[in-house]
Amino acid sequence: MDRRAFLKSAGAIAAVNAVASTGPALTAAHAQSGPIRIGLLAPLTGVVAAGGKEMVDGFNLFWTQHGRKIAGRDIEVIIEDDASNPDTALQKARRLVEQRNVHMLIGDLLANTGLAVAEYVKGNGTPYFIPIIAADDLTQRKRIPNVIRIAGYAASQMPRPLADYAYHKLNYRKVVTISQDYTFGYEQCGGFCQVFSDLGGQVLQQFWQPLNTADFSPYLAQIQDLKPDAVYAMETGADANRFIQQYANFGLKGKIPMLGAMNLTDQSVIRTLGPECEGIISSAHFCEGGDAPATKKFVAEYQKAFNILPSIYGFSMYSGAMWMAAGIEAVKGNVEDRPRFLDAMRKVVLTDSPLGRPVRLDAYGNPIYDVYIRQVKARPDGKYWNVPLETVPNVSQFGKMDPETFMKQPSYSRTFQGIKKS
Amino acid sequence: MSMTVFQALNGITFAALLFIVASGFTLIFGLMRIVNLAHGALYLAGGYVGLLVVQKTGSFFFAVVAAAMAVAMIGLFTHSVLLRFVTGHVLRQVLLTLGVALVLDDLALVMWGGDAFTVAVPEMLRGPFHLGTLSYPKYRLFLLLFGIAIFIGLWLLLHHTRLGALIRAGVDDAEMVDAMGIDIQRVFVYTFMLGSALAGIGGVMGGAFLTLYPTADAEILVFSLAVVIIGGRGSLPGTAIGALFVGLLATFGQVWFPELAYFVIFGPMALLLAFRPLGLFGRAA
Amino acid sequence: MSTARRAALIALVLLVLVTIPFVMPGYKTSLAIEMLIFATLAMSIDILAGFAGRTSLGHGALFGIATYVVLYYVATLGGSPWIGMLLGILAATVAAVVFAVLAIRTSGVYFLLLTLALGMIVWGICLRWASVTGGENGIRGAVAPPFLAQQSALYFFVLAIAAAMTWLMWRFVSSPFGLTLKGIRESESRMRALGYNVPLHLFIGFTVSGFFAGMAGVLYALFNSFVSPSTVALAQSVEGLLMVIVGGVGTLFGSLVGAVVIISLENFVSFYTERWPSVLGLMFILTMIFAPQGLLGWTRALLARRHARKRVDHSGGGTTHGSQSIP
Repeated sequence: MDRRAFLKSAGAIAAVNAVASTGPALTAAHAQSGPIRIGLLAPLTGVVAAGGKEMVDGFNLFWTQHGRKIAGRDIEVIIEDDASNPDTALQKARRLVEQRNVHMLIGDLLANTGLAVAEYVKGNGTPYFIPIIAADDLTQRKRIPNVIRIAGYAASQMPRPLADYAYHKLNYRKVVTISQDYTFGYEQCGGFCQVFSDLGGQVLQQFWQPLNTADFSPYLAQIQDLKPDAVYAMETGADANRFIQQYANFGLKGKIPMLGAMNLTDQSVIRTLGPECEGIISSAHFCEGGDAPATKKFVAEYQKAFNILPSIYGFSMYSGAMWMAAGIEAVKGNVEDRPRFLDAMRKVVLTDSPLGRPVRLDAYGNPIYDVYIRQVKARPDGKYWNVPLETVPNVSQFGKMDPETFMKQPSYSRTFQGIKKS
Repeated sequence: MSMTVFQALNGITFAALLFIVASGFTLIFGLMRIVNLAHGALYLAGGYVGLLVVQKTGSFFFAVVAAAMAVAMIGLFTHSVLLRFVTGHVLRQVLLTLGVALVLDDLALVMWGGDAFTVAVPEMLRGPFHLGTLSYPKYRLFLLLFGIAIFIGLWLLLHHTRLGALIRAGVDDAEMVDAMGIDIQRVFVYTFMLGSALAGIGGVMGGAFLTLYPTADAEILVFSLAVVIIGGRGSLPGTAIGALFVGLLATFGQVWFPELAYFVIFGPMALLLAFRPLGLFGRAA
Repeated sequence: MSTARRAALIALVLLVLVTIPFVMPGYKTSLAIEMLIFATLAMSIDILAGFAGRTSLGHGALFGIATYVVLYYVATLGGSPWIGMLLGILAATVAAVVFAVLAIRTSGVYFLLLTLALGMIVWGICLRWASVTGGENGIRGAVAPPFLAQQSALYFFVLAIAAAMTWLMWRFVSSPFGLTLKGIRESESRMRALGYNVPLHLFIGFTVSGFFAGMAGVLYALFNSFVSPSTVALAQSVEGLLMVIVGGVGTLFGSLVGAVVIISLENFVSFYTERWPSVLGLMFILTMIFAPQGLLGWTRALLARRHARKRVDHSGGGTTHGSQSIP
């Protein structure tokens, strides 16, 4: 399958080769020849399959644009499906590393799959790059030397500006949160709730539902009963689709405003939705309706290649590939020298990011971003996308807290959400 | 609107879907003693067929009909081609249907991929129904009515048609019916097709508000099992009661004891299997 | 098969197994470890399915309970691996007792459904009791004692345990107790009429089977260093059952064959295509139609027929092994 899928997506975007087909002209001597094998883990099935597919496309788009060669070596991408499941992710990671002898791993989408793979590579030193796995602790309390968050973000990083905006600009005082019951959910909600309650807001209740919940009606009934000023919804993949649809069908759309995690209003979710998603406000470093010329260019290229607007998954993996290329060039293709390669990857500064501003890692391994407060709006062609309302500059994974102080508090979990006791 | 009433509505409307799907299961189980573990896969197959039909023709009605017919055909194949090889061996039949489920599921994955799809409902069924301060999704109310209609339809079939009488007699004692010179095999075939069609219809109805995705079949299957075991093998009113029981338990369980949500459904199922396997309304052979 | 021949065969198999980490290190040895672990699970299922005539879809849950307990005790609580392993086996056995109390009242399809329901309950608890089980995240952590950190060391340890368990299970099913179980499988009413306490025998049989499933689960914890609700899911029980069936229900060693076949096939097929579930499903279908007695059962029947032809002068023929297959 790996070779097949690889060829398939390569073929689909071969047409876009017109764009920047200038491959890097490096002829410097390199220690090894032969292809660089990259193991790409992505959820091609399961609750976040839509995002997973785009991970593959976004990643391959970059390589195809650059002739599938870096530093004189071919790039071979071997794709494995992690099925949105940590057990499967672990098995596939093992297979890629031990059977297919990949030089490095990249990918995974759901935080729990990423954590399982990170634990595995901790034991054998394989470089593992995580543009999408946003589990806070991988760049905070439980950093692993060979796990690097290239072009990625930390879960609690993005919702903090939104909480601020909700309190100060939208004047919400009482919120209810509903989220998928796993690490990413805890951290996003934690980031939001801690800031919101520090400002004086009240978190009335928090709902946690299993991944792949089909029927949200029990929760919607309770939400309605609590009468909050707004709902903060943290959903990814199919759960996000269902939640937004059911929210509207239950008549809550006009009544209680929805704030969302960026995954909730991501293109991979809203591109199959109609008016029910309009107006939801979220916060993210990536905004497909943004004004930056680099963003517009990227969106146009992506549309040309795949006929859809890019989601966070397509964008992140594209940036990840861009970052990887820079790192590989920096070591002149010698990825076998792991310490040097990992060091080079940490030092990359992404100047051509589609975000339109340079991206680099902070002292703890997570990039600092300008975060957009964005809203879902309809386009003239009838599709929906996110449009920026405001920009909050230089948001780090620690928010406004000092890193060491922040890391002293427990990791966000079901039981710890940073909510100030009033 | 009182929360309890709201949640009860949630439970009852979900129960309507469970009933539609489980009624098919209980007919097959009651008459032929076959535990059709592919029933969930049939649900999903029906949903996908319905999805396709709605996408192409825009008619929800045709989608339901097409799904029923298509899945009845799959049921026909399963029964008359595959299960034929293992007649008389109950456990082998069960495991064979498990194999069918795996294949069907994978086939669906190839054809539709891993995304979650929603079957589009007619415009008039979208959005909430307002009655004063209360708003409830129109579609779910429609589903409740549809479930009741299916119940009435099946009841009429079972009690006012010859086929129905044969099915009921067969549930009681298939050997006797056979010994009386009636072609019980034909009855088996029709029942299997009917049961499968109901699963397919359930798929379209469910696909409209729960979405269709690769693991939906396992989920609806275990719910159907719970409904049929609790309500009783081969009993239509039993299935309705079982569906209500499971639907309400699933909803209130999520609200009151989210941690024990699965236990609340499968606990009663396990206890009944241990102490009263025929369920609340099942009758001994 | 004569004792001498059998001993030679076992020696040969062991010899081959012992050389694996040297001949095929790395990924293939990992596969071999998996095969040994799942063979143990499959054999535990066979004790009930093949010898007592009760097919269970809940053994995956028993297996996974042991894995969870080990990981929770060692990774979360920081306890010693050895105590963790003992607790794991104990937990699985206790769970088996609970399952057994309910399940021995049923047979056939109802037994299947009941064990399925019980397995679902376990899965639901593992999924939702997030404070202990980690919920969707599972529990991660290297739990193997330091001397097993190296792959070949782990392999030999697993091999030794699996071999010991196999021997124990073989002794168990060949013992008078095991023969009684077989009798129950052939005809429960007859055994009752003969004065045997059938429910007690089934209860003990189930508990013993749970013990061995727990043993496999503990080994899996050492191997995988990770547990999540997938480990106790229905799919685990189904795959285990399939290994038993493919190898041959009631042959015990057939489960070894089944485990090797299924795991090799999965790895081989997955290299070329994503369609492994279809292959698995087809295997289920074809096995049920054409070879319900599994590979080993089929081989034995073949050999028995050849033997019978040679001994035409003996009237009455050889022993009818009953239906060494799923009823």
